[in-house]
Amino acid sequence: MIIGQIKDGIVLDHITAGKGVEIFEILHLDKLNCTVAMINRAESTKMGQKDIIKIDQVMDIDLDILGYIDPGITVNYIKNGELAKREHLTLPSTVKGILKCKNPRCITSTEQELPQEFKLTDADRKIYRCVYCDTEIK
Amino acid sequence: MNNLIDIMQLSTEEIQQLIDTALDIIDKPDKYADSCKRKKLATLFFEPSTRTRLSFEAAMYELGGNVLGFSEAKSSSASKGESVSDTVRAVSCYADIIAMRHPKEGAPLVASRAASVPVINAGDGGHYHPTQTLADLLTIYREKGTFNNLTVGLCGDLQFGRTVHSLISAMSRYKGVKFVLISPEELKVPRYIITDVIEANGIEYKEVTSLEDSIPELDVLYMTRVQKERFVNEAEYQRLKDTYILDTDKLRDARADMIVMHPLPRVNEISVSVDDDPRACYFKQVLNGKYMRMALILKLLEVTV
Repeated sequence: MIIGQIKDGIVLDHITAGKGVEIFEILHLDKLNCTVAMINRAESTKMGQKDIIKIDQVMDIDLDILGYIDPGITVNYIKNGELAKREHLTLPSTVKGILKCKNPRCITSTEQELPQEFKLTDADRKIYRCVYCDTEIK
Repeated sequence: MNNLIDIMQLSTEEIQQLIDTALDIIDKPDKYADSCKRKKLATLFFEPSTRTRLSFEAAMYELGGNVLGFSEAKSSSASKGESVSDTVRAVSCYADIIAMRHPKEGAPLVASRAASVPVINAGDGGHYHPTQTLADLLTIYREKGTFNNLTVGLCGDLQFGRTVHSLISAMSRYKGVKFVLISPEELKVPRYIITDVIEANGIEYKEVTSLEDSIPELDVLYMTRVQKERFVNEAEYQRLKDTYILDTDKLRDARADMIVMHPLPRVNEISVSVDDDPRACYFKQVLNGKYMRMALILKLLEVTV
């Protein structure tokens, strides 16, 4: 299968196979007015299988959210058909906006306008805790 | 540091400075009698707590300051649906420092982000209660003279007891400390405290079920109440509530210089007959709590005496 090169845009490479759809949805790529290609389970010498997303437009991407979901992703910025910059993600120290604390005793359960915020407390085990009540997010 | 939400915000050096101030207050109370003159402490207690609120109020009065506030949510605007942030923004206009107790975990952190004056967490649900830990630390320091090389037994409800978790975290930073964790299987210390705090600091510990077998080796015995409000099942509470009762018989096997602590209130886990034993320190803890709150108020208001 052939998917054409993009001129100015972003390629999210090395997505863990099967996570492409989740990332597509979280980044709201369906709302973009440009070509977006999602490749599921492409062959990869390093990973066996991987997902890839190609976006034919330059856009701001929340690398923290991306890093939380799948820290192995490589973000390639394409300019004039060539690779202009490559970023390797890491686990972000804080994650805002995509997770919700489920502890019924947490202040966020009653004050729902408070920003949901989680901090990385154990990078080896990828453990994030609510900044308000310290509940581990599962 | 302008707030105290979690005891771990304080370094061991800062804790020692607070202890030194508290000891100076004990030694020379008159020196501090007007140190907070014309300053106001707001005690915002969204759930009742007689002891902690009175301790804060007594602390501020003894520093020459004044106190305003409320002692239950229904006498505040929270009953009208006001957010914590709005409440403390308003209170910041009246008071120089805030002590807040709230049933929801994280409420004091929210308050500290919104307030323009220092905020002290006076207990947020089952989460943190840092000034109780300050009281515990001053008690250990005054009675034992050090935090190093102590064998600390924690007994009772180690799962839900927030004071236990905070004390373990605070004590894990001192050299040679050992923990003996005495609880029924159902109320053991949460796994993350073991891995993230005790093991992460290389602290020696053991989990046991027998108080009698453990008591001879302890320097500090920290008793806790099995908290009825944490149980969904009444039968489970009834089954566990009397698991550990410290009485004069059990104390016979304890060291002569061991100290008995309890964050209070007690139900029946320490027999009243123990109160007269010189090793009983739980009422001293109450008094020490007031001194540490005085030292903390001075620190957060940046008052030098």
